[in-house]
Amino acid sequence: MGTGDPFGMPVTHIVTAGMGGMRTTGDLVAWLQMTRRMKLADAKAYVAKKLGIDLMDLVDEDVMYPLRKELGIGTVTPEAGGPEGIVAKSRVADLLGIEINSVKRFKAQME
Amino acid sequence: MSNSIFTRMGDGERVSMSPMEIRDEIRQGSASAAEMARIPVLSDSESDELFDIIAEPGRVVSVPHGHELIVTDDGIAECFAGSEADGGSGVSISRPASVLSYERALAADTGSLGHSDYSFKPVKAILDVELQAYHTISMLTTVPLFYGSQPNMGQYFQPDGPYPNPADLMPAGKIKEAQKAQEDAAEQLCADMVYIGRELNAMGCEGFNFDTAGSTGDAEFYATLKAARQLKQHAPDMAIIIGMASEFVLGMHGEIAFDGQQLAGLFPHDQVKLAESVGADIFGPAINVDTSRSFPWNLSKALTMVKETVARAAIPVHPNVGMGVCGIPMLLEVPIDCVSRASKALALIGKADGL
Repeated sequence: MGTGDPFGMPVTHIVTAGMGGMRTTGDLVAWLQMTRRMKLADAKAYVAKKLGIDLMDLVDEDVMYPLRKELGIGTVTPEAGGPEGIVAKSRVADLLGIEINSVKRFKAQME
Repeated sequence: MSNSIFTRMGDGERVSMSPMEIRDEIRQGSASAAEMARIPVLSDSESDELFDIIAEPGRVVSVPHGHELIVTDDGIAECFAGSEADGGSGVSISRPASVLSYERALAADTGSLGHSDYSFKPVKAILDVELQAYHTISMLTTVPLFYGSQPNMGQYFQPDGPYPNPADLMPAGKIKEAQKAQEDAAEQLCADMVYIGRELNAMGCEGFNFDTAGSTGDAEFYATLKAARQLKQHAPDMAIIIGMASEFVLGMHGEIAFDGQQLAGLFPHDQVKLAESVGADIFGPAINVDTSRSFPWNLSKALTMVKETVARAAIPVHPNVGMGVCGIPMLLEVPIDCVSRASKALALIGKADGL
């Protein structure tokens, strides 16, 4: 992104063009760019296939809020005791079939 | 269509232009980029699309459904808690509270952490503090979390660092000595960045951001590429972003090369191929803003370079779109009319994979 005040910079970019993070599938698509070097279209297609949804559903809150709750991969409005943080990331790694460094190190400490 | 369209200058000043004036600015901005970087200008249809985005009457604009992209950041996630001169909010909250607010209140796709000086050299001295902070926050966050810092090789020169200052040597005609000082500083910088990166990886870092690479010129870009290659070989599970400082690599050394490629003067469409070759996962071009030219001129120039970079890249491209780069006016409290238009244009015309 870049520098500037939070309202002018991240808020505006996120509202204008962002995928919506945990509100939808922004974090999931980002993981594919980071771990598989996938371009945007390929990453979106990969996530949609893994979730069994259409491409347009990737940014639809009406689809993704219940689906994220069902999968236990975290929402922006968490329920107390529900999966979030490293637990949610662990499930994301399994769901997408990727290695997440923090999850790998966390699991190694649990063994 | 109104005969007077609201837009801005590169320094943020509000101005009105006629449709013909805006189209002319778009044409000239693209021509300037094409001439400098020796790449194609925007097509007529792309220029028309950019005009439509700039001329939209709403204060803010947005991409159509299905054209959303990924938003990565460079220390912005913790800026609610910071007082940095480039955008900190100065709120008295903790770093974890800031990053979690960024993740959940702003619905960001990724988050990040970085030392408030945001340079590798000071990070080395307090690395344990940063490792613990990152680890604690990464246990709480669900979105990918980067650790970012700038190579900022200028901190390695006297009086701040151990090496003779090229800015003193060059005016004295000591060109070889200035080059040697930069080569020595680059090796130390590379060693420091690799050390920090290896420690972060061992702690469980998810992503590592070389931010504003090349700010001290070609020798700094050399150090960044060398460090990225070593880190990727050692830590393949830690994603790497290389984000640039400016549209072309400054030739402060002038002759330094990486894998046989002279670095001075490289534009983003060539920079990205080197980033790819060393194993970077995401590349961030930075296209300079001319504050004396208009927003349409600057955005058109940025789109011309970004579009070519994306077309040649095999990895995701996330253009830097903070104040003073990729069309955004050089203003601390950045005007949202320009930010949203730059965002939309980079997604639709630049075909960016993220911002």
